[in-house]
Amino acid sequence: MIVNGFKDLGLPLMNIVKLRGTPILQQLVLEERLLRSSFENWCIINDGTNVPTIVMGMSGKPCELVELEPVVKDGIPVIKRFTGGGTVIVDESTVFVSLICNRDDVPNVQPYPRSVMAWSGSLYSHVFNGISGFQLRENDYVFGDRKFGGNAQSITRNRWIHHTSFLWDYNENNMAYLKLPSRVPQYRLERDHTDFVCRMKDYIERSVFIEKTINAVGTQFLLKELSLDEIDDSRREHLESTRLLTMDELKESLANTSRIKSIAQAV
Amino acid sequence: LEGLKYANSHEWVKHEGSVATIGITAHAQEHLGEVVFVELPEENTSVSKEKNFGAVESVKATSEILSPISGEVIEVNKKLTESPGLINSSPYEDGWMIKVKPSSPAELESLMGPKEYTKFCEDEDAAH
Repeated sequence: MIVNGFKDLGLPLMNIVKLRGTPILQQLVLEERLLRSSFENWCIINDGTNVPTIVMGMSGKPCELVELEPVVKDGIPVIKRFTGGGTVIVDESTVFVSLICNRDDVPNVQPYPRSVMAWSGSLYSHVFNGISGFQLRENDYVFGDRKFGGNAQSITRNRWIHHTSFLWDYNENNMAYLKLPSRVPQYRLERDHTDFVCRMKDYIERSVFIEKTINAVGTQFLLKELSLDEIDDSRREHLESTRLLTMDELKESLANTSRIKSIAQAV
Repeated sequence: LEGLKYANSHEWVKHEGSVATIGITAHAQEHLGEVVFVELPEENTSVSKEKNFGAVESVKATSEILSPISGEVIEVNKKLTESPGLINSSPYEDGWMIKVKPSSPAELESLMGPKEYTKFCEDEDAAH
């Protein structure tokens, strides 16, 4: 339930922004700005993004994480985001939930990854209450041993963001654009993408998930709904690191990979 | 460690002559988890007290690192590119991040000593 008006029960304010089909680059750029320049708390929900896009973490290297040849051939956009974590391919069947908080407004959470992750697991346990098998496992949301939500964070001195891409559904062909990463959670064992992940739609209705998420956030914050137009993100004197990799960068990476492979074969 | 000064954002400074070496503390690396990537500034750039100069990645999170003092970066620990885990295994020695020529040595006076920092960490952990 969204409540407007005065502070109730001493709860901190949280702005809720509900998007649908917003390009993931636009969403991530907005989130980075809000994390670095705003002093308010934000919950951003994007119900699907417009085109299939690969999103890597801050330290991601395309040659290690992405099947460059088909990505270049098919013109799949590749983004490097400002948070840590792994690589995902997102599309209209991905639901995004991002929480940007002042550390002082969540005083029982230390501004470190595991503490924020545990808090998020507790929040989503309310959302998935009654659905058997939900848990935060290592750093993923799973049903049983199958991942349906990937998390990433960025922590600054006084604020942090925890954002999640939920696999409402996915296209198996799209998964083929991703390589098996070198760093995987232990519980993954050696499963490939299709054996490791599951579809959230098999467990909960999409609109029910979004409503329950907002309600769960509302147990800790006083909610205020804003539209995208109402967000003041005019302050831009901060680092903006989220970016779309250029096609030239991807082609160069592919060329380098091919060169290294040729040399290795020749030796 | 004795001989070091500490910021309340969990960075340490070792001031020797005209050079100050900066890294993150054992407390910080323990809470961050396994560091898998480090982003550091270029040499000959400047850093400012309490302003972000880089970031570490651990456990799906990027965490910014704040400089305890202002100055010019004269050396960056290039070993951290291949071995970011040095920050975990040797936060005060091999895991150093940058060396700085301080522009305002008086800034060191406002930092905590070892005993004060230890208590600060205990109080912070107890509060959560």
